[in-house]
Order: sequence, then C-alpha cells, then structure tokens
Amino acid sequence: MASLDDLKKRISSVKSTQKITKAMKMVAAAKLRRAQESAEKGRPYSDKMNNIILNLSSGISDIENAPKLLSGTGEDKIHLCVVMTSDRGLCGGFNTNIIKKAKLYFQKIMEEGKTLKIITVGTKGYDQLKRAYGGNIIDRISFKESKNVNYFDADKVGKLVIEKFEKKEFDVCVIFYNQFKNVITQIPQEQQIIPLKTSDEETNSSDDNYEFEPEEDEILNNLLPKNISTQIFKAMLENSASEQGSRMSAMDNATRNAGEMVDKLTIEYNRSRQAAITKELIEIISGAESL
Amino acid sequence: MSEEYSLEIVNPEKSFLSKNDVTEVVVPAFEGEIGILKDHISIISFLKPGIIKIFSKSGEDSYYVNDGIIEFKNNNLSILTSLIFNLKDIDKEKILEIQKSTEEELSKSEISDQEKYLLDQKIEVLKSIN
Repeated sequence: MASLDDLKKRISSVKSTQKITKAMKMVAAAKLRRAQESAEKGRPYSDKMNNIILNLSSGISDIENAPKLLSGTGEDKIHLCVVMTSDRGLCGGFNTNIIKKAKLYFQKIMEEGKTLKIITVGTKGYDQLKRAYGGNIIDRISFKESKNVNYFDADKVGKLVIEKFEKKEFDVCVIFYNQFKNVITQIPQEQQIIPLKTSDEETNSSDDNYEFEPEEDEILNNLLPKNISTQIFKAMLENSASEQGSRMSAMDNATRNAGEMVDKLTIEYNRSRQAAITKELIEIISGAESL
Repeated sequence: MSEEYSLEIVNPEKSFLSKNDVTEVVVPAFEGEIGILKDHISIISFLKPGIIKIFSKSGEDSYYVNDGIIEFKNNNLSILTSLIFNLKDIDKEKILEIQKSTEEELSKSEISDQEKYLLDQKIEVLKSIN
C-alpha cells in the first residue's frame, strides 16, 4: 500500500489537474456560445448562395459548356481531400472523429486505384495524418494566429483549391469537417465541393423564369469560386463550434473523473491513516503486556 | 396598393440588414446600375464595387459594397456580399486603406482585363465617397 505521504501528493496533484480542466471547461463554454452564434448567423449566406446556384444550374441549357467547377473535368482520377481539424488538442474525440472518417474515404480511394492528394487545415490533422499519409499531403494550412474564424481565411483556402483545380491538379474535391449538432453530438461530414453536387432535394423551383444579367454562364463562372469559399467558410464555422462543444464536454468529463478520483484517494488515505494508528496502538499495548 | 417589398442583405458573418418597407433599391450591377421597384421580374445578377442606395418609408440609406450577388424573386430582394459598409459610419482611414491595397493589386501585371476593370471601378468609387 502506498505510503501516506504518497497518497497526499497524489490527491493534491489530482486536485490541481481538476482546477485546470474546470477552467478550460469554463473557457470553452464561453467560446462555444460565440462560435455557435456565428455559425448560426453564417447559415443564411451559404443557404442563399446554394439556392441561387441551384436555380442557376437548373437553368443552364447545354451541360457540355457548363463551367468545369460545376460539371467536373469529366474524369475521376485524382481526389483532393481538404481535412479540417483544430489547432489545439484536449478536445475529446473531435479530431479523431474527422480523421477516422477521412481515413475511411482515403482507403476507398486507394483501393479503387485513384490518386489521393490531401490538404490539411489545422495542425492537429496534420499531426495525425503525416505518419500514414505523409506522402499524399500536398499542403497544410493553419490559422493559429487568427482568433476568430473569418471569411478571409476561408477565402484563402478557397482560392488555393481553385488555383489547383485550374492547373488540373485534381478532378474531385471533398472537404471533411465536423457538423455541430449540439454540445454532445458533432457529426463528422464529408462534402463534395468540386464538381458541385446538385443535391436531389429540390428541383421544384426551376420553373421560375429568371432574367440573368449578364448571361448565365458568366454569372456561374463568377459565382462558383465564391461558393467554394463560402462552403469552406461554413465548414470552418461549424468546425469551430464543434471544437468548443467537444472540448467543453471532454473537460466536463475530466473534471468529474478527477472528482471521483479525489474521493477514492481520500478514502484510501483515511483508511491507511487509521490502519497506521491501529498498528501503533497494538504495538504499544502488546509492548506493555509483555512487561 | 402598397409599393413596398422586402430586402435582405447578408454577408458571410451574419444577416447584415433586413427591411420590409423598401420602395426602391439601386444596385451597381456588373453591366450598369439597376433600380429595382416592386414587382420587378425575377432576376439574378452580380455586383461590381459601388454604392447601393436604398429608398424606404423610413428614409434613404447608402452602402458601399465590394462585390456581391443579388436575387430578386416574389418581391424579395436578397443581396449577398462579402464586404459592406454603411456610408454614414465608415471612416476615412479605412477607405484609404482599401484604396491603397486596391491600387497595389492593380499595379500587378498578371491580372486579367476583367479584374482590371473591377479594380479601376473600385478606386473610382472609393475616391468619390472620400
């Protein structure tokens, strides 16, 4: 059995860890509120953007001349995966979940004999992927310096992706991020952004006759790159809300576990203290008896 | 019959402005300014840098926009833009800052004609409001 001194040290160390996790939980809770708010505020923009593009693409008459960003290169050989993770750890399964999802996809691609290229956003993703897929990572981006998610960072990523697309470096682009559902649940998502997947949800609005100025193709050409940045921005917002939520619940658990541990250790400490006293008493009594 | 329709301006961060009593909006569309009144035909267009003028029952407002897309449908006008300021509370230094960075960009050689046109336009507008 550990000595009394050891136990005492253990208890105080667990207590100070508990203080740290508690503080981190508070910070995450405060940040979560802000992140959640901006994620919600950002939704109308990306929704509207999506709507307009849906309307536009259903209005396009000849598919052959449609912009490449919409219809794809016609091939399906090189896949670019943008894996978005956090820059900081201690947030539970947040990063691991995205990576797991991404790795599944990577394996599928590899098995089909296609080429895989990876861009990581956020340092944690790079750390986790570099061992298995180090050779596939063509770029890594981190926004450690910027405090809040802002559109210009997302735009940088978007422009990078488009630049690579125009150089024909890949055919299909998929982004991975965590969608924020609530504090306990974050759902890892994969979303294909190039070529744009016109989801089958609603084709009902296509009967509106829009007037376009300038021509449809020109608007689409302008709009599609913006849409990519917007989608990435949306993913970043969702991600940051998810990160804080995940961290909050992870730290909450940690605090609770630390509390349990302190309780257990305290009982053990009291027991061994009692045992030591009893032992001493027995020694004294048996010593006295033998006289 | 009322002559009003609703307007919503959103930027990536938030819904910037929402109004129900607009009578006319003038937007700097790519091929020239468009004034939109009630019951305009459904239209989609994109914007060049310029001034959006909003006329409503409660008064007249002007905003500077960098770029954007407008969609008008069923008497709902949506404007999506990445950068927007109210002309009333924009400060001069900020304008100068944008102007400077635009000029720098313009001086680069590898830009296309269309970009050049947009950048020229931007500088002109910025000068006019300063």
